[in-house]
Amino acid sequence: MPTLYLLATSPATPTIHTPHVDYLSILPMLIMLGGALFLMVVSSLFRKILSVRTGTLVASAVSIAALVAALFQWHQVSTHGAQVTIAGAIAFDGFDVFIQIVVAIAMLLTALIGDGYLRREGVEGPEFHVLAMASASGAMMMGAANDLIVIFLGLEIMSIALYVLAAFNHKRAESGEAALKYFVLGAFSSAVFVYGIALVYGATGSSNLPQIADYLSRNVIASNGVLLAGLALLLVGFGFKIAAVPFHMWSPDVYEGSPSPVAGFMAAVAKAGAFAALLRVFVSSFGTVRADWQPIIWALAVLSLLVGAVVALMQRDVKRMMAYSSINHVGFILLGVEAATARGVSASLYYVFTYMFLVIGSFAVITVMARDGDTGNQISDYRGLARRQPLVALAFAVLLLGQAGAPFTTGFLAKFGVVSAAVDTHGYVLAVVAMVSAAIAAFFYLRLAVTMYSPVGLVGNAADGGGEGGASAVAGAVGGDGAVSNLQVLTDAPPTEAVTERGLVTVPGLTALAIGVSVAFTLVFGIFPGPILDFAHQATLLFT
Amino acid sequence: MATSTPFPYLTVLVLVPAIGAVLVAVIPRHAVAAWFHEALGVAVTVVTLCVAAVVAFKFKAGYGGFQLVSDHMWAKDLGIHWSLGIDGISLFLVLLTAVLFPLTILGARARRDPRSFVGWLLLLEAACMGSFVSLDLVLFFLFFELTLVPAYFLIGGWGYARRGYAAIKFFVYTFAGSAFLLVGILAVAFIHQSQTGVLTFELPALMHTHFSGSEGVLLFLAFTAAFAVKAPIFPFHTWSPDAYAEAPTAGSVLMVAVMAKLGTYGIIRFDLNLFPQASRTLAPLLLTLAVIGIVYGALVACAQRDLKRLLAYSSLAQIGFIALGTFALNSQGLSGGVLQMVNHGLVIATLFILVGWIYERRATWQVSSLKGLQAPAPVLAGIFTVAMMASIGVPGLNGFVGEFLILIGTFVAHRWWAVVATGGVIVAAVYLLWGYQQVFHGEPTAEDAKTRDLSWNERLIVAPLIILIVLLGVFPKPLLDRITPSVNQLVVHVDQVTNTRIPAGLEPRPVAAATPRHAPSLAIATPRPPADPGSGTAAPTGRTP
Repeated sequence: MPTLYLLATSPATPTIHTPHVDYLSILPMLIMLGGALFLMVVSSLFRKILSVRTGTLVASAVSIAALVAALFQWHQVSTHGAQVTIAGAIAFDGFDVFIQIVVAIAMLLTALIGDGYLRREGVEGPEFHVLAMASASGAMMMGAANDLIVIFLGLEIMSIALYVLAAFNHKRAESGEAALKYFVLGAFSSAVFVYGIALVYGATGSSNLPQIADYLSRNVIASNGVLLAGLALLLVGFGFKIAAVPFHMWSPDVYEGSPSPVAGFMAAVAKAGAFAALLRVFVSSFGTVRADWQPIIWALAVLSLLVGAVVALMQRDVKRMMAYSSINHVGFILLGVEAATARGVSASLYYVFTYMFLVIGSFAVITVMARDGDTGNQISDYRGLARRQPLVALAFAVLLLGQAGAPFTTGFLAKFGVVSAAVDTHGYVLAVVAMVSAAIAAFFYLRLAVTMYSPVGLVGNAADGGGEGGASAVAGAVGGDGAVSNLQVLTDAPPTEAVTERGLVTVPGLTALAIGVSVAFTLVFGIFPGPILDFAHQATLLFT
Repeated sequence: MATSTPFPYLTVLVLVPAIGAVLVAVIPRHAVAAWFHEALGVAVTVVTLCVAAVVAFKFKAGYGGFQLVSDHMWAKDLGIHWSLGIDGISLFLVLLTAVLFPLTILGARARRDPRSFVGWLLLLEAACMGSFVSLDLVLFFLFFELTLVPAYFLIGGWGYARRGYAAIKFFVYTFAGSAFLLVGILAVAFIHQSQTGVLTFELPALMHTHFSGSEGVLLFLAFTAAFAVKAPIFPFHTWSPDAYAEAPTAGSVLMVAVMAKLGTYGIIRFDLNLFPQASRTLAPLLLTLAVIGIVYGALVACAQRDLKRLLAYSSLAQIGFIALGTFALNSQGLSGGVLQMVNHGLVIATLFILVGWIYERRATWQVSSLKGLQAPAPVLAGIFTVAMMASIGVPGLNGFVGEFLILIGTFVAHRWWAVVATGGVIVAAVYLLWGYQQVFHGEPTAEDAKTRDLSWNERLIVAPLIILIVLLGVFPKPLLDRITPSVNQLVVHVDQVTNTRIPAGLEPRPVAAATPRHAPSLAIATPRPPADPGSGTAAPTGRTP
């Protein structure tokens, strides 16, 4: 509005005063977006299609540059404190930088995983990396946004690139279907979100988050129907993006249809961006009217926790299972939002950070396991993996246990953090529901892990039983018993010849690196949690 | 906090098996000889046993507080400490764990894939050790939960016919119980924070938190839900017969002998320390459940046709006894409960190992298809008899001492519960002796006659257990000397908080002599003066076969 004011008062000299731009505050975002544009321009300059390796190289370099920039920002913020820049549209605080770092790391890992995937599928060209970087810059913008309009900008930049990414493997019909579904529902939710912005603007007179907070703290709105409707619509929009129940319908289909690296990216980056904006909008701007929105978040959290966990139990497809499991995780992160305290925000941030590694690592393993054409995604395809490729199985087991919240992984502390935030605000029911859903969820993670560690078929098992039986007289009987029970007990389809005969999957070096980093992060910071917890805590302290 | 020691024995105690598990996991199968991983497992557990022995040696008898404490900040932002310590209540559970693991690895070997099997067992040992020595509630919870993972994989991977079902049931029940525990722990810590301004999960600090009546009761129930499922206490036991029966022998042994004790230990360590008032208020409820468990477990055990299920239900009765002693809330009852945890662990481990060996020979646990094993396998029968007698509670064997103390303690505090429980003792004699008669007596069939007796290796494996069973039966003093001070401290804490009037001269004091013959002299801290312990002792001595 200052601009309009100037225009109105000085008609003679119609200069538009652009605000001072503090480039440091948006540096990672600029690097990410610049990298995407650079790669796209360069690729069009050459007659030959740019190799996948080149794309990977540029994307990795750009991600690392963005990460370094974000670390520099962190230094800046921790020494000079939080500030608001670019006409109040961008928040330059610990929370913002935390999200930049999460997204930059997620982008780096995705670039590494995408390399192997693209080569295997024979997809040429740099578009995958261009789109991923563009999407990442959108997520970064959502983390930094201090104005509803900027949040919307970030949301769209992030989502539009994701719609295309979901359809990326044009050889798969499911991929196109997934993208269409995602696009239609996503566009719909964006429209709802914009309407929400309009209503909030109507109720408070501003789209700037601190100004909204300021307005709400000074005024008591007697009849706040417009504000509440706006809040509800904003929540619907966010609900779609984070895939909270009941706005989750798209996510299993989209996860199943999208290329696996994209599904991992979606689960990590889109959620990081959307949760960043959700936390900033609701906890900091609408903190004064929390009594109005907390019950809604409460219901979303309970539904997401239970529906995610229970429906995931019934899945036969690993990617669909991961989609429902990610809905369950969303429920957990919502516990921190519902608490709406510093502890809650910090716990949610920690959860987002650790979940990013878990989910990208898991989808990296799924990418590898899917083989040519993304076909081998049934749970039964994982049977006997431990025997064929023990390292892959071990890595996946660790990641699954981490998601289950097993002790001494980052997953436990993440769940512990959000549950303690809920208990801190006397949300005992919510906390118990969350823990019960964790119990249900742990079960399907463990089932997958056990599947990997169980023998493939009759032949292998009987031989084993015979070899290890204690007394020679009954060894045969024991072995036979084991083999028969194996068939009866394991719930998946009986092993077919094809499963038994399946060979080894190849793990590209860069993918292995990404998986290794995820596993190492999960275990090392599960056992020595100090630095990351501190990081999330600091990020919350430096909240504007 | 007690003085910290320069050398962190307890941390080592937890880390040795954990590192062993990692070693087993990273050393590939093909790089070494077939026996290597099992040998490594035995070596690691023996080293752990040595560390535990050093801990026992360093442990000062007659002091009730926590010893060998090590305390480091672990997750500063969340207020979690790596805080370990040991007292008389946990010392012997640690030793029990340390003794049973090597024997189990040797005596109940895997039918397939010994490498993963040993790896899970070592992880389980680390988790059990960690649970017993944790003084930080969250750390305890971490280890308590960690026990689930290896146990699940042991049942699911190496169990018998219905292992998948049993593993899932076990996992879901216990995890659901833990859900309440974690929420309870957090609530306790935040209530403490609101009173003192310090966020901590350390038991010594939280012990002095004040809870309002309903808060205390609800939190007590939340904690007890987890422990009652884990133990299991009636009516939360329905997972246990399936899990114990379908698990591989090693799994059954360790789940019943060690993991079940996590539940009863948790009740003593956390429920009584944190919620003394609620413990006293709800004691009649828990006593009733315990007595129902004793009688119900014994009666259902009578009806079992499967040796493993029989033992599973007998454990339900035994755990009932431990709970009974615990909620007597006096020195004898609690000492008896703690002692009985160790005794039951030794006895039931022996019985499950023996039953596992019977299965190895005959591929059945059905009582009806076994007959007259005494003739072809006299040593097996003899050892089985000793363990069975200890389980029944024959004087001179370890089972007697614990049960006797429990019954005295309960009798002086809650007479009628003790009377009913004594009935359970008699039924216990019935089902065990019946089972024994059918399996070992009579004329063996042709197939039974071919049953091999125990080999020398097997005899050597059970020998330490039998020696301990007899030794603790005739000379429990070293144990009671260490258990009683800690128990008395706990009883005093409970009494102080609940303002129970202790008659002059009857304050808890260390037990001087504690052989079974002089056991009635243990009747101290009795609220009712002339309780006449003699009538309480009539039953235990009167049910010798």
